[in-house]
Amino acid sequence: MTGSTTLRRVLTAFAVLIAIWLVVPVLIVIPISFSGENSFAFPPASWGTGHYVTFFTERSWLTSLLVSLQLAVIVTVIATVLGTMAAFAIVRMTRGSGALERFFTAPLIVPGIVIAVALYVAFLQWGLIGTATGFIAAHTVLSLPFVVVNVANVLRTYDRTLDRAAAMLGASPWTTFRVVTLPIIRPGVLSGALFAFVTSFDEVVVSLFVQSPQLQTLPVRMFTSITNEVDPTIAAASTVVLVVSTLVLGMAGLARRTGTTTRSKDNA
Amino acid sequence: MAVTEPARAAATTDPRDGPGAALEPAAPPGNRRTLAVLLLAVPAAVWLLLYFVIPSLQLLLTSLTTPEPGLGNYTAIADGAAVSIIVRTLVMAVVVAVVCALIAYPYAYLMTIATPRWRAILLILVLVPFWTSLLARTFAWVVLLQDGGLVEKTFAALGLGSVQLLGTPVGVTLAMAQVMLPFMVLPLYNTMRGINRRLVDAALSLGAHPVQAFLRVYLPLSFPGLAAGATLVLVLSLGFYVTPALVGSPQQSMLAQYIGVQVNELVNFGGAGALALTLLVVTLLLLAAVQLLTRRRSGSQRSLTTSTFGGTA
Repeated sequence: MTGSTTLRRVLTAFAVLIAIWLVVPVLIVIPISFSGENSFAFPPASWGTGHYVTFFTERSWLTSLLVSLQLAVIVTVIATVLGTMAAFAIVRMTRGSGALERFFTAPLIVPGIVIAVALYVAFLQWGLIGTATGFIAAHTVLSLPFVVVNVANVLRTYDRTLDRAAAMLGASPWTTFRVVTLPIIRPGVLSGALFAFVTSFDEVVVSLFVQSPQLQTLPVRMFTSITNEVDPTIAAASTVVLVVSTLVLGMAGLARRTGTTTRSKDNA
Repeated sequence: MAVTEPARAAATTDPRDGPGAALEPAAPPGNRRTLAVLLLAVPAAVWLLLYFVIPSLQLLLTSLTTPEPGLGNYTAIADGAAVSIIVRTLVMAVVVAVVCALIAYPYAYLMTIATPRWRAILLILVLVPFWTSLLARTFAWVVLLQDGGLVEKTFAALGLGSVQLLGTPVGVTLAMAQVMLPFMVLPLYNTMRGINRRLVDAALSLGAHPVQAFLRVYLPLSFPGLAAGATLVLVLSLGFYVTPALVGSPQQSMLAQYIGVQVNELVNFGGAGALALTLLVVTLLLLAAVQLLTRRRSGSQRSLTTSTFGGTA
Protein backbone atom coordinates (compact mmCIF):
# COMPACT_ATOMS: atom_id res chain seq x y z
CA MET A 1 0.00 0.00 0.00
CA THR A 2 2.37 2.74 -1.19
CA GLY A 3 -0.58 5.09 -1.53
CA SER A 4 -1.32 5.02 2.15
CA THR A 5 2.31 5.56 3.17
CA THR A 6 2.52 8.64 0.94
CA LEU A 7 -0.68 9.89 2.48
CA ARG A 8 0.73 9.27 5.91
CA ARG A 9 3.89 11.21 5.06
CA VAL A 10 1.95 14.17 3.72
CA LEU A 11 -0.27 14.17 6.79
CA THR A 12 2.73 13.99 9.10
CA ALA A 13 4.42 16.93 7.40
CA PHE A 14 1.17 18.84 7.69
CA ALA A 15 0.84 17.96 11.38
CA VAL A 16 4.37 19.26 12.03
CA LEU A 17 3.41 22.62 10.49
CA ILE A 18 0.26 22.77 12.60
CA ALA A 19 2.24 21.86 15.71
CA ILE A 20 4.58 24.80 15.06
CA TRP A 21 1.59 27.09 14.60
CA LEU A 22 0.09 25.83 17.88
CA VAL A 23 3.21 25.90 20.02
CA VAL A 24 5.40 28.79 18.80
CA PRO A 25 3.00 31.57 19.85
CA VAL A 26 2.92 30.05 23.32
CA LEU A 27 6.66 29.77 23.75
CA ILE A 28 7.85 32.94 22.03
CA VAL A 29 7.01 35.18 25.00
CA ILE A 30 9.69 33.40 27.04
CA PRO A 31 12.76 34.54 25.03
CA ILE A 32 11.25 38.02 24.63
CA SER A 33 10.82 38.30 28.39
CA PHE A 34 14.57 37.76 28.82
CA SER A 35 15.40 40.45 26.27
CA GLY A 36 17.76 43.18 27.39
CA GLU A 37 16.18 45.60 24.92
CA ASN A 38 13.36 47.98 25.57
CA SER A 39 11.33 46.61 22.65
CA PHE A 40 9.48 43.50 21.46
CA ALA A 41 12.12 42.71 18.85
CA PHE A 42 12.67 39.04 18.19
CA PRO A 43 15.29 37.65 18.42
CA PRO A 44 16.52 40.17 21.00
CA ALA A 45 19.89 41.83 20.42
CA SER A 46 20.89 41.37 24.06
CA TRP A 47 19.68 39.40 27.06
CA GLY A 48 18.79 40.31 30.60
CA THR A 49 16.30 39.93 33.43
CA GLY A 50 15.39 43.60 33.61
CA HIS A 51 11.75 43.03 32.63
CA TYR A 52 11.29 40.65 35.54
CA VAL A 53 12.83 43.16 37.93
CA THR A 54 10.34 45.77 36.69
CA PHE A 55 7.46 43.31 36.92
CA PHE A 56 8.20 42.33 40.51
CA THR A 57 9.04 45.85 41.74
CA GLU A 58 6.81 48.34 39.91
CA ARG A 59 3.70 48.91 41.97
CA SER A 60 1.01 48.66 39.31
CA TRP A 61 2.29 45.26 38.10
CA LEU A 62 3.03 43.79 41.49
CA THR A 63 -0.28 44.90 43.02
CA SER A 64 -2.28 43.44 40.13
CA LEU A 65 -0.41 40.14 40.44
CA LEU A 66 -1.16 39.98 44.17
CA VAL A 67 -4.80 40.95 43.57
CA SER A 68 -5.15 38.17 41.00
CA LEU A 69 -3.56 35.54 43.23
CA GLN A 70 -5.66 36.43 46.28
CA LEU A 71 -8.81 36.61 44.21
CA ALA A 72 -8.12 33.24 42.59
CA VAL A 73 -7.62 31.59 45.99
CA ILE A 74 -10.84 33.04 47.46
CA VAL A 75 -12.84 32.16 44.34
CA THR A 76 -11.41 28.64 44.31
CA VAL A 77 -12.51 28.02 47.90
CA ILE A 78 -16.03 29.39 47.40
CA ALA A 79 -16.59 27.75 44.01
CA THR A 80 -15.25 24.38 45.19
CA VAL A 81 -17.49 24.26 48.25
CA LEU A 82 -20.64 25.50 46.49
CA GLY A 83 -19.93 23.51 43.33
CA THR A 84 -19.30 20.24 45.15
CA MET A 85 -22.56 20.60 47.09
CA ALA A 86 -24.43 21.38 43.87
CA ALA A 87 -22.86 18.37 42.15
CA PHE A 88 -24.17 16.11 44.93
CA ALA A 89 -27.66 17.52 44.41
CA ILE A 90 -27.42 16.96 40.65
CA VAL A 91 -26.23 13.37 40.84
CA ARG A 92 -28.36 12.23 43.78
CA MET A 93 -31.63 13.81 42.73
CA THR A 94 -34.23 11.42 41.43
CA ARG A 95 -35.88 13.91 39.10
CA GLY A 96 -34.88 17.11 37.35
CA SER A 97 -31.14 16.56 37.63
CA GLY A 98 -30.63 17.33 33.94
CA ALA A 99 -32.32 20.71 34.26
CA LEU A 100 -30.31 21.49 37.39
CA GLU A 101 -27.03 20.63 35.67
CA ARG A 102 -27.95 22.80 32.70
CA PHE A 103 -28.67 25.67 35.08
CA PHE A 104 -25.31 25.37 36.83
CA THR A 105 -23.33 25.06 33.60
CA ALA A 106 -25.17 27.94 31.88
CA PRO A 107 -22.35 30.46 32.53
CA LEU A 108 -20.12 28.32 30.28
CA ILE A 109 -22.44 28.68 27.33
CA VAL A 110 -23.33 32.36 27.61
CA PRO A 111 -20.72 34.47 25.74
CA GLY A 112 -18.35 36.28 28.08
CA ILE A 113 -19.28 39.71 26.72
CA VAL A 114 -22.97 39.13 27.59
CA ILE A 115 -22.16 38.25 31.21
CA ALA A 116 -19.74 41.19 31.32
CA VAL A 117 -22.32 43.74 30.19
CA ALA A 118 -25.07 42.30 32.41
CA LEU A 119 -22.81 42.39 35.48
CA TYR A 120 -21.52 45.86 34.64
CA VAL A 121 -25.01 47.37 34.45
CA ALA A 122 -26.11 45.55 37.63
CA PHE A 123 -22.93 46.27 39.60
CA LEU A 124 -23.11 49.94 38.68
CA GLN A 125 -26.44 50.14 40.51
CA TRP A 126 -25.31 47.98 43.39
CA GLY A 127 -22.04 49.87 43.88
CA LEU A 128 -19.91 46.78 43.24
CA ILE A 129 -17.75 48.09 40.38
CA GLY A 130 -14.08 48.00 41.30
CA THR A 131 -14.73 46.17 44.59
CA ALA A 132 -13.36 42.89 45.83
CA THR A 133 -16.93 41.66 46.35
CA GLY A 134 -17.74 42.41 42.72
CA PHE A 135 -14.73 40.47 41.46
CA ILE A 136 -15.39 37.51 43.78
CA ALA A 137 -19.06 37.42 42.77
CA ALA A 138 -18.30 37.52 39.04
CA HIS A 139 -15.40 35.07 39.04
CA THR A 140 -17.28 32.56 41.18
CA VAL A 141 -20.14 32.54 38.66
CA LEU A 142 -17.64 31.72 35.90
CA SER A 143 -15.71 29.10 37.93
CA LEU A 144 -18.66 27.24 39.42
CA PRO A 145 -19.48 25.22 36.25
CA PHE A 146 -16.01 23.67 36.14
CA VAL A 147 -16.33 22.38 39.70
CA VAL A 148 -19.88 21.13 39.12
CA VAL A 149 -18.95 19.26 35.92
CA ASN A 150 -15.79 17.70 37.36
CA VAL A 151 -17.31 16.61 40.67
CA ALA A 152 -20.54 15.36 39.07
CA ASN A 153 -18.44 13.22 36.73
CA VAL A 154 -16.66 11.38 39.55
CA LEU A 155 -19.83 11.13 41.62
CA ARG A 156 -21.62 9.35 38.80
CA THR A 157 -19.25 6.42 39.07
CA TYR A 158 -19.21 6.47 42.86
CA ASP A 159 -20.45 3.22 44.46
CA ARG A 160 -23.17 4.20 46.92
CA THR A 161 -23.03 0.87 48.75
CA LEU A 162 -19.95 2.30 50.49
CA ASP A 163 -22.11 5.03 52.04
CA ARG A 164 -24.61 2.47 53.23
CA ALA A 165 -21.89 0.29 54.67
CA ALA A 166 -20.53 3.26 56.61
CA ALA A 167 -24.02 4.18 57.81
CA MET A 168 -24.68 0.63 58.93
CA LEU A 169 -21.47 0.71 60.93
CA GLY A 170 -22.81 3.77 62.71
CA ALA A 171 -21.12 6.66 60.90
CA SER A 172 -23.00 9.94 60.74
CA PRO A 173 -23.64 11.37 57.24
CA TRP A 174 -20.93 13.98 57.81
CA THR A 175 -18.38 11.41 58.96
CA THR A 176 -19.29 9.22 56.00
CA PHE A 177 -18.69 12.14 53.67
CA ARG A 178 -15.37 13.06 55.28
CA VAL A 179 -13.92 9.59 55.73
CA VAL A 180 -15.43 7.60 52.87
CA THR A 181 -16.84 9.76 50.07
CA LEU A 182 -14.39 12.65 49.93
CA PRO A 183 -11.22 10.57 49.62
CA ILE A 184 -12.77 8.69 46.70
CA ILE A 185 -14.08 11.72 44.80
CA ARG A 186 -10.97 13.79 45.62
CA PRO A 187 -9.53 13.69 42.05
CA GLY A 188 -12.70 15.29 40.68
CA VAL A 189 -12.88 17.89 43.43
CA LEU A 190 -9.20 18.69 43.00
CA SER A 191 -9.33 19.11 39.24
CA GLY A 192 -12.51 21.19 39.59
CA ALA A 193 -10.75 23.43 42.12
CA LEU A 194 -7.70 23.83 39.88
CA PHE A 195 -9.88 24.71 36.90
CA ALA A 196 -11.68 27.25 39.10
CA PHE A 197 -8.33 28.76 40.06
CA VAL A 198 -7.17 29.14 36.47
CA THR A 199 -10.57 30.48 35.34
CA SER A 200 -10.31 33.26 37.89
CA PHE A 201 -6.59 33.87 37.42
CA ASP A 202 -6.89 34.06 33.63
CA GLU A 203 -10.25 35.81 33.23
CA VAL A 204 -10.18 38.93 31.05
CA VAL A 205 -13.52 39.97 29.57
CA VAL A 206 -15.73 40.19 32.65
CA SER A 207 -12.86 41.61 34.72
CA LEU A 208 -12.38 44.42 32.21
CA PHE A 209 -15.91 45.59 32.92
CA VAL A 210 -15.95 45.02 36.68
CA GLN A 211 -12.55 46.64 37.34
CA SER A 212 -11.68 50.18 38.37
CA PRO A 213 -8.29 51.88 38.03
CA GLN A 214 -7.88 51.33 41.78
CA LEU A 215 -8.53 47.58 41.69
CA GLN A 216 -7.21 45.67 38.69
CA THR A 217 -6.37 42.03 38.14
CA LEU A 218 -3.22 41.01 36.29
CA PRO A 219 -5.02 40.15 33.01
CA VAL A 220 -6.70 43.59 33.09
CA ARG A 221 -3.33 45.25 33.68
CA MET A 222 -1.87 43.21 30.79
CA PHE A 223 -4.77 44.10 28.50
CA THR A 224 -4.32 47.84 29.13
CA SER A 225 -0.58 47.43 28.66
CA ILE A 226 -1.04 45.86 25.21
CA THR A 227 -3.58 48.46 24.11
CA ASN A 228 -2.06 51.61 25.61
CA GLU A 229 1.67 51.20 26.05
CA VAL A 230 4.72 49.67 24.44
CA ASP A 231 6.17 48.23 27.62
CA PRO A 232 8.11 44.96 27.33
CA THR A 233 7.31 44.20 31.00
CA ILE A 234 4.21 42.55 29.54
CA ALA A 235 6.48 39.78 28.18
CA ALA A 236 7.65 38.99 31.71
CA ALA A 237 4.05 39.17 32.95
CA SER A 238 2.93 36.80 30.17
CA THR A 239 5.64 34.32 31.04
CA VAL A 240 4.69 34.36 34.72
CA VAL A 241 1.00 33.86 33.86
CA LEU A 242 1.91 31.15 31.36
CA VAL A 243 3.94 29.25 33.92
CA VAL A 244 1.29 29.56 36.65
CA SER A 245 -1.70 28.56 34.52
CA THR A 246 0.14 25.77 32.73
CA LEU A 247 1.38 24.31 36.01
CA VAL A 248 -2.07 24.45 37.58
CA LEU A 249 -3.84 22.97 34.56
CA GLY A 250 -1.16 20.31 34.25
CA MET A 251 -1.88 19.37 37.86
CA ALA A 252 -5.59 19.29 37.03
CA GLY A 253 -4.87 16.95 34.14
CA LEU A 254 -2.84 14.69 36.41
CA ALA A 255 -5.53 14.72 39.10
CA ARG A 256 -8.15 13.77 36.59
CA ARG A 257 -5.98 11.13 35.00
CA THR A 258 -5.18 9.36 38.26
CA GLY A 259 -8.88 9.53 39.01
CA THR A 260 -10.00 8.07 35.72
CA THR A 261 -7.45 5.35 35.10
CA THR A 262 -8.65 3.46 38.12
CA ARG A 263 -12.13 3.23 36.70
CA SER A 264 -12.06 3.30 32.93
CA LYS A 265 -9.45 1.95 30.62
CA ASP A 266 -11.00 3.77 27.70
CA ASN A 267 -8.79 6.86 27.90
CA ALA A 268 -6.92 7.71 24.75
CA MET B 1 -7.93 16.78 30.49
CA ALA B 2 -10.99 18.03 28.76
CA VAL B 3 -10.81 15.57 25.94
CA THR B 4 -11.22 12.45 28.00
CA GLU B 5 -14.67 13.61 29.03
CA PRO B 6 -16.69 12.88 25.92
CA ALA B 7 -14.96 9.53 25.70
CA ARG B 8 -15.85 8.75 29.26
CA ALA B 9 -19.39 10.04 28.94
CA ALA B 10 -19.79 7.65 26.05
CA ALA B 11 -18.22 4.79 27.97
CA THR B 12 -20.37 5.00 31.06
CA THR B 13 -23.69 5.16 29.30
CA ASP B 14 -26.23 6.20 31.91
CA PRO B 15 -24.70 7.02 35.27
CA ARG B 16 -27.82 6.07 37.19
CA ASP B 17 -27.57 2.56 35.82
CA GLY B 18 -24.14 2.25 37.39
CA PRO B 19 -23.20 0.39 40.53
CA GLY B 20 -25.59 0.91 43.37
CA ALA B 21 -28.53 1.53 41.09
CA ALA B 22 -29.89 -1.93 41.87
CA LEU B 23 -29.85 -1.10 45.56
CA GLU B 24 -31.63 2.22 45.08
CA PRO B 25 -35.10 0.98 46.13
CA ALA B 26 -33.65 -0.13 49.47
CA ALA B 27 -32.71 3.46 50.32
CA PRO B 28 -35.23 5.45 52.33
CA PRO B 29 -37.77 6.52 49.76
CA GLY B 30 -40.01 9.51 50.24
CA ASN B 31 -39.54 13.19 49.73
CA ARG B 32 -37.52 13.88 52.85
CA ARG B 33 -34.27 12.65 51.32
CA THR B 34 -34.89 14.31 47.96
CA LEU B 35 -35.52 17.55 49.79
CA ALA B 36 -32.32 17.22 51.81
CA VAL B 37 -30.34 16.57 48.63
CA LEU B 38 -31.98 19.50 46.92
CA LEU B 39 -30.97 21.77 49.81
CA LEU B 40 -27.33 21.14 48.91
CA ALA B 41 -27.85 23.00 45.65
CA VAL B 42 -29.32 26.06 47.33
CA PRO B 43 -26.14 28.08 48.10
CA ALA B 44 -24.79 27.73 44.57
CA ALA B 45 -28.22 28.40 43.09
CA VAL B 46 -28.64 31.56 45.16
CA TRP B 47 -25.20 32.75 44.06
CA LEU B 48 -26.03 32.18 40.38
CA LEU B 49 -29.43 33.79 40.83
CA LEU B 50 -27.92 36.91 42.39
CA TYR B 51 -24.91 37.37 40.18
CA PHE B 52 -25.99 35.78 36.91
CA VAL B 53 -29.75 35.40 36.45
CA ILE B 54 -30.91 38.69 37.98
CA PRO B 55 -28.24 40.78 36.15
CA SER B 56 -29.22 39.07 32.88
CA LEU B 57 -32.91 39.75 33.42
CA GLN B 58 -32.07 43.30 34.41
CA LEU B 59 -30.17 43.69 31.16
CA LEU B 60 -33.21 42.44 29.26
CA LEU B 61 -35.35 44.97 31.12
CA THR B 62 -32.85 47.76 30.44
CA SER B 63 -32.83 46.93 26.73
CA LEU B 64 -36.63 47.25 26.69
CA THR B 65 -36.91 50.42 28.80
CA THR B 66 -33.81 52.60 28.26
CA PRO B 67 -33.77 55.30 26.99
CA GLU B 68 -37.50 54.86 26.39
CA PRO B 69 -39.90 51.92 26.72
CA GLY B 70 -40.42 49.76 23.66
CA LEU B 71 -38.48 47.77 21.13
CA GLY B 72 -36.52 50.82 19.98
CA ASN B 73 -33.15 49.30 20.83
CA TYR B 74 -33.92 46.20 18.82
CA THR B 75 -35.22 48.01 15.75
CA ALA B 76 -32.17 50.30 15.98
CA ILE B 77 -29.95 47.26 15.41
CA ALA B 78 -31.49 46.76 11.99
CA ASP B 79 -30.84 50.25 10.67
CA GLY B 80 -27.73 51.37 12.50
CA ALA B 81 -24.02 50.90 12.02
CA ALA B 82 -24.50 47.62 13.84
CA VAL B 83 -25.59 45.82 10.67
CA SER B 84 -22.22 46.05 8.97
CA ILE B 85 -20.51 44.98 12.20
CA ILE B 86 -22.82 42.01 12.62
CA VAL B 87 -22.22 40.98 9.01
CA ARG B 88 -18.46 41.37 9.48
CA THR B 89 -18.60 39.29 12.66
CA LEU B 90 -20.61 36.56 10.95
CA VAL B 91 -18.24 36.46 7.96
CA MET B 92 -15.24 36.36 10.30
CA ALA B 93 -16.78 33.54 12.35
CA VAL B 94 -17.55 31.53 9.21
CA VAL B 95 -14.01 32.07 7.88
CA VAL B 96 -12.48 30.98 11.19
CA ALA B 97 -14.75 27.91 11.26
CA VAL B 98 -13.78 26.96 7.69
CA VAL B 99 -10.05 27.48 8.36
CA CYS B 100 -10.35 25.37 11.52
CA ALA B 101 -12.23 22.66 9.62
CA LEU B 102 -9.62 22.51 6.85
CA ILE B 103 -6.81 22.21 9.37
CA ALA B 104 -8.56 19.98 11.86
CA TYR B 105 -9.84 17.41 9.36
CA PRO B 106 -6.47 15.97 8.28
CA TYR B 107 -5.14 16.45 11.81
CA ALA B 108 -7.97 14.45 13.39
CA TYR B 109 -7.65 11.82 10.67
CA LEU B 110 -3.94 11.47 11.42
CA MET B 111 -4.87 10.97 15.07
CA THR B 112 -7.10 8.01 14.16
CA ILE B 113 -4.34 6.22 12.21
CA ALA B 114 -1.40 7.13 14.47
CA THR B 115 0.14 4.79 17.02
CA PRO B 116 -1.15 5.32 20.58
CA ARG B 117 1.96 7.22 21.61
CA TRP B 118 1.81 9.63 18.65
CA ARG B 119 -1.91 10.02 19.16
CA ALA B 120 -1.22 11.17 22.73
CA ILE B 121 1.39 13.66 21.49
CA LEU B 122 -0.97 15.04 18.84
CA LEU B 123 -3.66 15.35 21.48
CA ILE B 124 -1.38 17.24 23.89
CA LEU B 125 -0.30 19.60 21.09
CA VAL B 126 -3.85 20.48 20.19
CA LEU B 127 -4.66 21.01 23.86
CA VAL B 128 -1.77 23.47 24.31
CA PRO B 129 -4.09 26.42 23.68
CA PHE B 130 -6.38 25.06 26.42
CA TRP B 131 -3.57 24.86 28.89
CA THR B 132 -2.11 28.30 28.48
CA SER B 133 -3.25 31.77 29.27
CA LEU B 134 -5.39 33.37 26.57
CA LEU B 135 -3.91 36.79 27.16
CA ALA B 136 -0.30 35.59 27.07
CA ARG B 137 -1.00 33.86 23.77
CA THR B 138 -2.78 36.87 22.30
CA PHE B 139 0.15 39.07 23.31
CA ALA B 140 2.44 36.60 21.56
CA TRP B 141 0.38 36.96 18.38
CA VAL B 142 0.66 40.74 18.61
CA VAL B 143 4.45 40.38 18.77
CA LEU B 144 4.61 37.77 16.01
CA LEU B 145 2.38 39.70 13.62
CA GLN B 146 3.76 43.20 14.22
CA ASP B 147 5.69 45.10 11.55
CA GLY B 148 9.12 43.51 11.33
CA GLY B 149 7.85 40.57 13.41
CA LEU B 150 8.76 36.94 12.96
CA VAL B 151 5.83 36.12 10.66
CA GLU B 152 6.61 38.99 8.34
CA LYS B 153 10.29 38.01 8.24
CA THR B 154 9.36 34.41 7.46
CA PHE B 155 7.05 35.50 4.65
CA ALA B 156 9.78 37.72 3.23
CA ALA B 157 12.36 34.94 3.48
CA LEU B 158 10.02 32.63 1.57
CA GLY B 159 9.75 35.29 -1.12
CA LEU B 160 6.10 35.98 -0.43
CA GLY B 161 6.73 39.70 -0.08
CA SER B 162 5.79 41.85 2.86
CA VAL B 163 2.28 41.57 4.21
CA GLN B 164 0.54 43.73 6.74
CA LEU B 165 -0.92 41.38 9.36
CA LEU B 166 -1.41 43.14 12.69
CA GLY B 167 -4.68 45.01 12.63
CA THR B 168 -5.98 43.11 9.60
CA PRO B 169 -8.65 40.41 9.29
CA VAL B 170 -5.99 37.94 8.11
CA GLY B 171 -4.03 38.43 11.32
CA VAL B 172 -7.17 38.05 13.44
CA THR B 173 -8.07 34.86 11.55
CA LEU B 174 -4.60 33.37 12.13
CA ALA B 175 -4.75 34.09 15.85
CA MET B 176 -8.40 33.12 16.37
CA ALA B 177 -8.12 29.86 14.44
CA GLN B 178 -5.27 28.84 16.73
CA VAL B 179 -7.42 29.50 19.78
CA MET B 180 -10.42 27.65 18.33
CA LEU B 181 -8.69 24.60 16.85
CA PRO B 182 -9.28 22.27 19.85
CA PHE B 183 -13.04 22.82 19.61
CA MET B 184 -12.91 21.52 16.06
CA VAL B 185 -10.40 18.69 16.48
CA LEU B 186 -12.02 17.05 19.51
CA PRO B 187 -15.55 16.45 18.12
CA LEU B 188 -14.07 15.46 14.75
CA TYR B 189 -11.70 12.95 16.31
CA ASN B 190 -14.52 11.54 18.41
CA THR B 191 -16.62 10.94 15.30
CA MET B 192 -13.78 9.60 13.16
CA ARG B 193 -12.76 7.17 15.87
CA GLY B 194 -16.16 5.51 15.57
CA ILE B 195 -16.08 5.12 11.78
CA ASN B 196 -15.70 1.57 10.62
CA ARG B 197 -12.73 1.67 8.25
CA ARG B 198 -13.82 -1.54 6.58
CA LEU B 199 -16.58 0.46 4.87
CA VAL B 200 -13.88 2.40 3.04
CA ASP B 201 -12.01 -0.83 2.26
CA ALA B 202 -15.23 -2.30 0.90
CA ALA B 203 -15.71 0.71 -1.39
CA LEU B 204 -12.09 0.36 -2.60
CA SER B 205 -12.39 -3.35 -3.24
CA LEU B 206 -15.54 -2.72 -5.25
CA GLY B 207 -13.45 -0.55 -7.54
CA ALA B 208 -14.01 2.94 -6.18
CA HIS B 209 -11.25 5.46 -6.72
CA PRO B 210 -9.71 6.46 -3.33
CA VAL B 211 -10.99 10.02 -3.79
CA GLN B 212 -14.44 8.71 -4.57
CA ALA B 213 -14.34 6.36 -1.59
CA PHE B 214 -13.41 9.29 0.62
CA LEU B 215 -16.05 11.65 -0.74
CA ARG B 216 -18.91 9.14 -0.79
CA VAL B 217 -18.16 6.99 2.24
CA TYR B 218 -15.76 8.56 4.76
CA LEU B 219 -16.75 12.22 4.47
CA PRO B 220 -20.50 11.64 4.99
CA LEU B 221 -19.75 9.40 7.97
CA SER B 222 -17.55 12.06 9.57
CA PHE B 223 -20.06 14.81 8.87
CA PRO B 224 -21.69 14.91 12.36
CA GLY B 225 -18.33 15.65 14.00
CA LEU B 226 -17.51 18.22 11.34
CA ALA B 227 -20.85 19.97 11.81
CA ALA B 228 -20.64 19.91 15.60
CA GLY B 229 -17.10 21.27 15.62
CA ALA B 230 -17.88 23.95 13.05
CA THR B 231 -20.90 25.13 15.00
CA LEU B 232 -18.93 25.30 18.24
CA VAL B 233 -16.21 27.35 16.59
CA LEU B 234 -18.83 29.58 14.98
CA VAL B 235 -20.58 30.19 18.30
CA LEU B 236 -17.39 30.94 20.19
CA SER B 237 -16.09 33.21 17.43
CA LEU B 238 -19.29 35.26 17.39
CA GLY B 239 -18.78 36.34 20.98
CA PHE B 240 -15.00 36.61 20.94
CA TYR B 241 -13.65 39.75 22.54
CA VAL B 242 -9.98 39.58 23.53
CA THR B 243 -8.23 38.42 20.36
CA PRO B 244 -10.04 40.73 17.89
CA ALA B 245 -9.65 43.64 20.30
CA LEU B 246 -5.89 43.20 20.57
CA VAL B 247 -4.90 41.73 17.19
CA GLY B 248 -7.51 43.47 15.06
CA SER B 249 -8.07 47.17 14.51
CA PRO B 250 -10.79 49.39 16.00
CA GLN B 251 -12.00 50.24 12.49
CA GLN B 252 -12.63 46.55 11.84
CA SER B 253 -14.25 45.85 15.19
CA MET B 254 -16.36 42.77 15.81
CA LEU B 255 -19.65 42.48 17.65
CA ALA B 256 -18.29 41.92 21.17
CA GLN B 257 -15.99 44.94 20.88
CA TYR B 258 -18.83 47.02 19.50
CA ILE B 259 -20.96 46.06 22.52
CA GLY B 260 -18.06 47.03 24.76
CA VAL B 261 -17.79 50.45 23.11
CA GLN B 262 -21.55 50.99 23.48
CA VAL B 263 -21.19 50.39 27.22
CA ASN B 264 -17.89 52.04 28.05
CA GLU B 265 -17.75 55.00 25.72
CA LEU B 266 -21.31 55.78 24.67
CA VAL B 267 -23.03 54.70 27.93
CA ASN B 268 -25.78 53.27 25.71
CA PHE B 269 -26.84 50.48 28.09
CA GLY B 270 -30.13 49.82 26.31
CA GLY B 271 -28.51 49.40 22.93
CA ALA B 272 -25.69 47.27 24.34
CA GLY B 273 -28.24 45.10 26.14
CA ALA B 274 -30.24 44.55 22.96
CA LEU B 275 -27.10 43.58 21.03
CA ALA B 276 -25.85 41.31 23.81
CA LEU B 277 -29.16 39.50 24.11
CA THR B 278 -29.38 39.07 20.35
CA LEU B 279 -25.92 37.51 20.46
CA LEU B 280 -27.07 35.26 23.30
CA VAL B 281 -30.15 34.06 21.41
CA VAL B 282 -28.13 33.29 18.27
CA THR B 283 -25.57 31.43 20.40
CA LEU B 284 -28.23 29.33 22.12
CA LEU B 285 -29.94 28.47 18.83
CA LEU B 286 -26.66 27.34 17.28
CA LEU B 287 -25.76 25.30 20.36
CA ALA B 288 -29.16 23.63 20.34
CA ALA B 289 -28.40 22.62 16.76
CA VAL B 290 -25.09 21.06 17.89
CA GLN B 291 -26.85 19.14 20.63
CA LEU B 292 -29.35 17.77 18.14
CA LEU B 293 -26.61 16.78 15.73
CA THR B 294 -24.50 15.00 18.32
CA ARG B 295 -27.43 13.40 20.09
CA ARG B 296 -28.77 11.89 16.90
CA ARG B 297 -25.47 10.14 16.42
CA SER B 298 -25.12 8.66 19.89
CA GLY B 299 -27.49 9.24 22.73
CA SER B 300 -24.84 9.45 25.40
CA GLN B 301 -22.76 12.36 24.15
CA ARG B 302 -24.58 14.86 26.27
CA SER B 303 -21.53 16.41 27.85
CA LEU B 304 -19.79 17.20 24.56
CA THR B 305 -20.40 20.92 24.72
CA THR B 306 -19.82 21.42 28.42
CA SER B 307 -16.67 19.34 28.50
CA THR B 308 -15.17 20.90 25.41
CA PHE B 309 -15.58 24.37 26.84
CA GLY B 310 -12.10 24.56 28.24
CA GLY B 311 -11.47 28.05 29.44
CA THR B 312 -11.52 30.50 26.63
CA ALA B 313 -13.82 33.45 26.62
